[in-house]
Amino acid sequence: MTAAPGETLSVVVERDIPHPPEKIWRALTQPHLIADWLMQNDFSPSVGHRFNLRGDWGGVLDCEVLEVEPHKTLAYTWNFQHDDPAYALNSVVTFTLTPTAAGTRLRMEQAGFRPEQKQAFGGAKAGWQQFLAKLEEVVARAD
Amino acid sequence: MPSDHDLLFRTLADPSRRAIFERLCRDGEQTVGALTAQAGISQPAVSKHLGVLKQAGLVRDRHEGRQTHYRAQLSALAPLIDWTSKMTGFWERRFDALEDLLKRMDQ
Repeated sequence: MTAAPGETLSVVVERDIPHPPEKIWRALTQPHLIADWLMQNDFSPSVGHRFNLRGDWGGVLDCEVLEVEPHKTLAYTWNFQHDDPAYALNSVVTFTLTPTAAGTRLRMEQAGFRPEQKQAFGGAKAGWQQFLAKLEEVVARAD
Repeated sequence: MPSDHDLLFRTLADPSRRAIFERLCRDGEQTVGALTAQAGISQPAVSKHLGVLKQAGLVRDRHEGRQTHYRAQLSALAPLIDWTSKMTGFWERRFDALEDLLKRMDQ
């Protein structure tokens, strides 16, 4: 969670949505609405609240609310325990809402490691993210 | 597969090795001599890094006369790219579902 940016692997998905931030905030923070688009849950928008997200596939994610700034920022841990390290994951999901002329720009960043990656990446202080981004470009071209 | 992942990450954690590998990705097949000329380290050091990269499946060698040519094996990177591309797909689909929900909330 406190890893320097260069030490994390992250996924960013951004989208312009033609609805106001207040409305999107409700969809991100009300359990019955979260269940509609994401997963079954016992979410509550207060920092320190621990909850689970239950996927259709039977998997259960362990989460804890880290940041709540109404209509602007929501962050929680997104951890998946699994005996097989290839499936386990420790990460933080952050939603950022920015008002736009047409509605809202919604940004989701998921930053984290698989446990075995954390260990392996620990020695590399910088440059991983740029390196991976470059390699993804290379690989995309190679396809 | 965890041990394979581990080997891959440890191999690429070294900046000199990463630089050699990047160069092979960018410029295609190279001889040890050509790599050494750019690397700023000795030929034995470059050869040693290439050996480690080869063991991790990240490069392949080809002998031609007295020269050995090395090239990058991009497919070996799949475990690194796997996590991020999978999660990106997941969130794109969730965002589709979110937009669908937002439309229904108007009604």
